[in-house]
Amino acid sequence: MSADTAGPLKRTPLYDLHCELGAKMVPFAGYEMPVQYQLGILKEHQHTRARAGLFDVSHMGQAYLIGPDHQTTAAALEALVPADILNLKPGMQRYTQLLNSEGGIVDDLMVTRPADSAEDGKLLLVVNASRKEVDYEYISGRLPASVRLEPQPDRALLALQGPEAAAVLAKHCADAVALGFMAARPASVGPFACHISRSGYTGEDGFEISVAADQVVDFARLLLADEAVQPAGLGARDSLRLEAGLCLYGHELDEMTTPVEAGLVWSIQKRRREEGGFPGAERIQRELREGPKRLRVGIKPEGRAPARDGTEILDTSGARIGVITSGGFGPTVNGPIAMGYVETSFAKPGTPVQLMVRGKALPAQIVDLPFVPHRYFRKT
Amino acid sequence: MALERFTEDHEYIRVDGDIGTVGITHHAQEQLGDVVFVELPEAGRVVNQKDAVAVVESVKAASDVFAPVSGEVVEVNAELAANPALVNEDAEGKAWFFKLRITDKSQLDGLMDRAAYEEFVKQS
Repeated sequence: MSADTAGPLKRTPLYDLHCELGAKMVPFAGYEMPVQYQLGILKEHQHTRARAGLFDVSHMGQAYLIGPDHQTTAAALEALVPADILNLKPGMQRYTQLLNSEGGIVDDLMVTRPADSAEDGKLLLVVNASRKEVDYEYISGRLPASVRLEPQPDRALLALQGPEAAAVLAKHCADAVALGFMAARPASVGPFACHISRSGYTGEDGFEISVAADQVVDFARLLLADEAVQPAGLGARDSLRLEAGLCLYGHELDEMTTPVEAGLVWSIQKRRREEGGFPGAERIQRELREGPKRLRVGIKPEGRAPARDGTEILDTSGARIGVITSGGFGPTVNGPIAMGYVETSFAKPGTPVQLMVRGKALPAQIVDLPFVPHRYFRKT
Repeated sequence: MALERFTEDHEYIRVDGDIGTVGITHHAQEQLGDVVFVELPEAGRVVNQKDAVAVVESVKAASDVFAPVSGEVVEVNAELAANPALVNEDAEGKAWFFKLRITDKSQLDGLMDRAAYEEFVKQS
């Protein structure tokens, strides 16, 4: 996970509830966050895959980008990200990356175009906790006069993830379960006014729910009262996203890494690939044409020993070809798993490699991502 | 009862004659969380006090297990290697890591007894 930032740690509005639930609190991205509750990482992970886990992600940055109309706001954001925002439909969400002038990733983020036509010209951004100050400064400094960034520090964010998430939410909110994957809308959940998107960071069906900070404790209690729901901490969040093959900023993504290297070409829609017009477009378009020098891959160690972040990857002759960026134990896989970068010629699934763990070269293989198939709710 | 001693790195050593049985404490396993992997030394390896001899990994992180005293590894716990979660179930019983033939029993004098270790955990 990301390095802790200096200074006193901040708390989310759910801090007292975490403590009441027996959480072990750790510093993360400048916040005191629950790494696990009483169940422990393994069981919280398994419960999320089997039923539903509730995650506090209020440390993430929620902000509105506000302009006179969608076209103007979308154009302002498209100058900073490679996704097609212009053609994003109302009530839909898209994953993209904030890029620097070399095409390196300043942050990865979710962008939602509000469903309500009265909010035309607004985009809702959700950015990483560890990057929000950097992002806000970066974005604000590059907007035209008619578009402004408005952080929403009085909003909390919960993620309800797992195969029973929809059934749990349906008891309080019929509208939510009608959403398809990556759709979003305002909705009432019981007495709470929320903004709900069908998305997440676990590979499971689920929702991210934005709610007023001063209501989030009662809202979390409402969801936790359901016997299908267990609170889940950052530990499970990390092992779930690793199994799902999803990137974590500061690990798979950083300012030196392009979306092409990171295997995120799917998030750059055709119009943008062709037209460019985003920071670092020259490099990214060249990498799209010629292939990048290195690529993000899945790695499966053959034995039981996990290979952690920073582990060197060697070819079978012992030459260094890359490095692991996230590695650990996959509870659903029931074995060690990792992601990392290797030189492109070694990126093909099935390629045998070696991992230097405590001075020993352990056999491993490049594998397809994700390790656990995604089970997103796609409307047919 | 066998003589028991504890280190500041949260290993225990239970001594029977020249043989010390080494593992990590109940408190240590609580701090680690779910253990998913252990790496044990080869029998026959000669180790010095404070050498990193074994590894214990939880979902989140890897930690070294140090030799509480110098000696020769005479046996490792094969059951633990096959079932690392045993550490969470019975750290100070079935989940011992390895047995040492102790070279110098006077090194035990520098370690804590259970009361001192419990106090140490409370302070830390």
